[in-house]
Amino acid sequence: MFRQLTRICRVGIVSEPTPCGRGPALDLLGPRLEDAVSRIFHGSLAIRQVDAGSCNGCELEIQALSNPYYAIERYGIHFVASPRHADLLLVTGPVSRHMQTALRLAYEAMPEPKRVLAVGHCGADGGEFGVSYASCGAVHRVIPVDGVIRGCPPSPAVLVQGILELIDPALLQVPAPDPDSDPPASREGL
Amino acid sequence: MNDPMPAESGSGLPLYVQPVPPDSGRPERSSRPLVRQFVVAPENWARLAGDAARASWRWSGIWAEDRSPVLELSLLLERAGQYSWVRTRIPLDALRLPSQTSAYPAADRMERRIHDLFGLVFSDHPDPRRWIRHQGWSGEDFPLRRMYPTAGRPERSTPPDADYPFVLAQGSGVCEIPVGPIHAGIIEPGHFRFQVVGETILRLEERLGYAHKGIEKIAEGRDPQGLVRLAGRVSGDSTVSHAWAACQAMEQAAGLPVPGRAQVLRALFAERERIANHLGDIGAICGDVGFAFGQSQFGRLREVFLRLNDELFGHRLLMDVITPGGVRCDLPADGASRLLEERARLRHELATLRPALADNTSLQDRWCGTGILPGEVARTLGVLGYVARASGVDHDLRRDAPYVPYDLLEIRVPVADAGDVAARVRIRQDEIDISLGLMADLLDILPDGPCQSAWLAPQPGAEGLGFVESWRGELWAYVRFGTDGLIARYHPRDPSVLNWSALEHLITGAIVPDFPVCNKSVNGSYAGHDL
Repeated sequence: MFRQLTRICRVGIVSEPTPCGRGPALDLLGPRLEDAVSRIFHGSLAIRQVDAGSCNGCELEIQALSNPYYAIERYGIHFVASPRHADLLLVTGPVSRHMQTALRLAYEAMPEPKRVLAVGHCGADGGEFGVSYASCGAVHRVIPVDGVIRGCPPSPAVLVQGILELIDPALLQVPAPDPDSDPPASREGL
Repeated sequence: MNDPMPAESGSGLPLYVQPVPPDSGRPERSSRPLVRQFVVAPENWARLAGDAARASWRWSGIWAEDRSPVLELSLLLERAGQYSWVRTRIPLDALRLPSQTSAYPAADRMERRIHDLFGLVFSDHPDPRRWIRHQGWSGEDFPLRRMYPTAGRPERSTPPDADYPFVLAQGSGVCEIPVGPIHAGIIEPGHFRFQVVGETILRLEERLGYAHKGIEKIAEGRDPQGLVRLAGRVSGDSTVSHAWAACQAMEQAAGLPVPGRAQVLRALFAERERIANHLGDIGAICGDVGFAFGQSQFGRLREVFLRLNDELFGHRLLMDVITPGGVRCDLPADGASRLLEERARLRHELATLRPALADNTSLQDRWCGTGILPGEVARTLGVLGYVARASGVDHDLRRDAPYVPYDLLEIRVPVADAGDVAARVRIRQDEIDISLGLMADLLDILPDGPCQSAWLAPQPGAEGLGFVESWRGELWAYVRFGTDGLIARYHPRDPSVLNWSALEHLITGAIVPDFPVCNKSVNGSYAGHDL
């Protein structure tokens, strides 16, 4: 136990307050996402993720959203086990024929209002797999889709950006805050 | 496959198996596992399995190809780091063959798969139910036959596979728990049918095939670049290994030498893939027993690790870095020093985390004795990688059948006997440590020079087999070119194909709440299995 406490203290909080690697800067996106979730979803956006036949690359990056760097729960976003609890369906594809009905049933089980995001090149347009005897291709060929997050796979920061873009496109357009004005809400305290 | 033919008595296979003279036109250019080719008459197919099993050959996989007017079936056996590739041919109008499943239980699902995709009937198969086919095509259609159109004959809506005949259990207090194909977490699709009494699992039956998207069919007619892109998406977590195996096979078929620098960089990528996956999985295995500290710490280490992949090589998971003839990106000027710096940091972190896991009694209580896979069962099922090594099977291609550049390195292979979740975690921790060492060794032997050779058009009909010890275990790919320099057949064999059956065995007698941690400790790829 002492080892764990020491490690926890030494590592501190790594959740990203600053731009990370390549891709969109989480320090700008995060507070906007939190704001949108707070206004539109009363502080809680429930996501049900469905793998409809992906290569599992997208799943690895969606899982990474929960690691301490992205810690997506701090913006009020959480992954739920049932589509009946979900506001948003996050679907990776291509949709295999063998998953076609399961995906449709999951979509139908969601309460209204509901949104659907197709993730990855495959979810967006079938990607490397396209349409074949075993693949329906893009997610929109099976259920209605409200937006896509491209990438193979999209990085966690791109996923955050894509979710924000879907729930409040206007917020994404807001220019980066002026350095002289108030800084974006600090995330350091969590 | 171009190796000198040994004396018949030395082949280790019975005399009714005919050796194929090696193709002497092309000299062996690089070190790779020794593969000897044979043909056998169809009537001896089952007898061969019995004799080979008695002679301790390991069953590694089968694949088929429609070579109208015959179906060509290939079997790969391995013993002491040497492979035997045995083929047989069956007329397409009389597709029957005795099954090898009674001699090799590992053959069970692979034979059923070949039946679903090619229509070959394994006459005395103990379980003739369909496997990879759900309702996406009819029982009279066989998608991998040449005449079957790639687009298939799809219905507008594919019905669910509701009437699959699961094995039933009856008795006082026995009930069934159906789970999937959509699971509670962020994971791939598959169905598990548990039969339980109270919390205790009497039996688990897996039903896979949900992620089947016709990879083998859509590979046909691709050019080498197109194939390696597809191979990199057979299983996203093994993108380097599958791309490497496919490239090895294509390069072997074309007789294309790969620059030394590219060979070493490929191995560097493969070791990084191994470390990243083990880090993520150990974190998830902690998370599955509610140990949030471990999940956070290992998740953090994985993230830092992936970010360096992105910075140095342009992709977090290293997709598309391997290309036919070499690699697409060179190590940046400061790359070696940054990799060594990362290695030292990671070693230091793991040295403090490892005892934090080992000394945590409530954690070890959940891991030790959970999900035991006895060594004997692991051998019978032909299980691979860390799952096998945690059950006492001392096997690693990098050491036993070394391919370039591992022939230049000394590979330590960790083995444990307990076969439980704790042992699989321990093996994975050891493998991270060994791979970190190998990363430094690889940087030491990294030669200067180009990273890529220009593609060389292969002879019509040229074929190759590529072998990689992926992070999950032995992985190989078969490629045959057509007359036009395009792919005529591609079959990737992911280790998950053999490892999935281990889960059914090791979960028997465990409690339902231990299923997630047992599943994660094995971590089969649904995509890699379903293709």
